[in-house]
Amino acid sequence: MEAIGLGYLAAGLGAALTVIGAGLGIGKLAAAAMEASGRQPEAAPAVRTSMIIAAALIEGATFFALVICILLAIK
Amino acid sequence: MFSEKMLASSDTSLAAGQGEHGGEQSAGELFKELFHHVEDRHEIDLPFFGHVELPHFDPIQIGSFALDISITKHVVFLWVAAAILCVLAIVAARKNKRSLVPSGLGNLMEILVVFIRDEVAVPNMGQQGVRYLPYLLTTFFYILIMNLLGLFPYGASATGNVSVTAGLAVIAFVMIQASAIRAQGIGHYLAHLTGGVHWALWIIMIPIEILGLFTKPFALCIRLFANMTGGHLVIVSLLGLIFIFKSYPIAVTTIGFVVAINFLELFVAFLQAYVFTMLTSIFMGLGIQAGGGHEEHAH
Repeated sequence: MEAIGLGYLAAGLGAALTVIGAGLGIGKLAAAAMEASGRQPEAAPAVRTSMIIAAALIEGATFFALVICILLAIK
Repeated sequence: MFSEKMLASSDTSLAAGQGEHGGEQSAGELFKELFHHVEDRHEIDLPFFGHVELPHFDPIQIGSFALDISITKHVVFLWVAAAILCVLAIVAARKNKRSLVPSGLGNLMEILVVFIRDEVAVPNMGQQGVRYLPYLLTTFFYILIMNLLGLFPYGASATGNVSVTAGLAVIAFVMIQASAIRAQGIGHYLAHLTGGVHWALWIIMIPIEILGLFTKPFALCIRLFANMTGGHLVIVSLLGLIFIFKSYPIAVTTIGFVVAINFLELFVAFLQAYVFTMLTSIFMGLGIQAGGGHEEHAH
C-alpha cells in the first residue's frame, strides 16, 4: 500500500462517487421536469429551460470534485 | 468530420510520442502524452507548417511570486478570440446601422443580443440592467467564441486554462461588487457585510462574509474551466483508446463515440457561456435589489 497507489485509488474512488452523486441529482431533476411537462404540456419549454440551467449548476459542483480527483491522479 | 481531423492532428504528435518511448507503451505514459494536448503548451501546431515555437519569457519575480508572461498556445487563442469578436461585433453593428431591417450577420448578432437583454439582463436586474448590458454581452460572446475555437481541429479553448477563467471570474467579482455598491451606496454595502448581528459578533462575521463574497466567482471560475477541460480530456482519452488497442474495429466504434461527444461539447460550449453570463447577472441583480431596486442612489 504505497502512497502513490493509495493516491490513484483515492482518485478513482472519488471520481466514481462524484459521478454517482451527479447522476442521482440530475436524475431526480429530470424526473421532476418530465412530470411537470406531462401535467402541463404548455409549460414544457419553460420547464426545459429551467431544467437545463439546474443541470448545469449541479454539474458545476460535480466538476469541483472531478478537478480534485484529476489533480490527485496527476500529482 | 472533426474527429478525423482531430485524429490526424493527435496522430502526428501521438505517433511521435510513441516513437520516442518505443514499443509497447504503458497507460501512464500515454495519459501524460494525451494530457499535453489539453493543457497549455509553448508551441502551436499549425496544419501545414508543423510546430511553431512561441516566445518564452523568463518569469518575472515579484517578491516570492513568479509571474510567467511567456506567450503560450492559450494566450494566442485568447487574442484570436478577441480579434474574431471585434470583427463580428463591428461588422454586425455597421450592417444594422445601414438598414432598418437586420439581415445576415447583423440579424444573427441581434438575435443573440436581444436574447441576452430580454432573458438575462432585464429579468434579473430590472430595467437598469440595460446599463450593464455591454459587460454581459462581452462576457457571453467572448466565452462562447473561446469555447467554440476549442472544437476546431488544431484549435484549443483558452477557457480550458484555469488562469483564463480565473481572470474572467475576477472581472465578474469586480462587476458584482461595483453594481452592489452603486445601487446600495458604500455605507449600506459595508453594513450588509456585517450581516445584521450584534456588534460584538462583527469580528467573526465580517471575515466570513468577505469569504462568502469570493465563493460565487470562484464557483464560476471552476465550473467553466472544468467543463471545458473535462470535455476535451474525454475526447482525447477516447482517441487514445485507439492507440492502446491498435485495431480497426475498435477505431471505428471509438470514432463514433467521439463524434457524439463532440456534439455534446458543442452544446456545452453554448450552455457554459450562457450559464456564466446568467449567473453573473443574477448576482448583480441580487446586489441591485438589496439597494431597493434603483440605481441612482449614491454616486
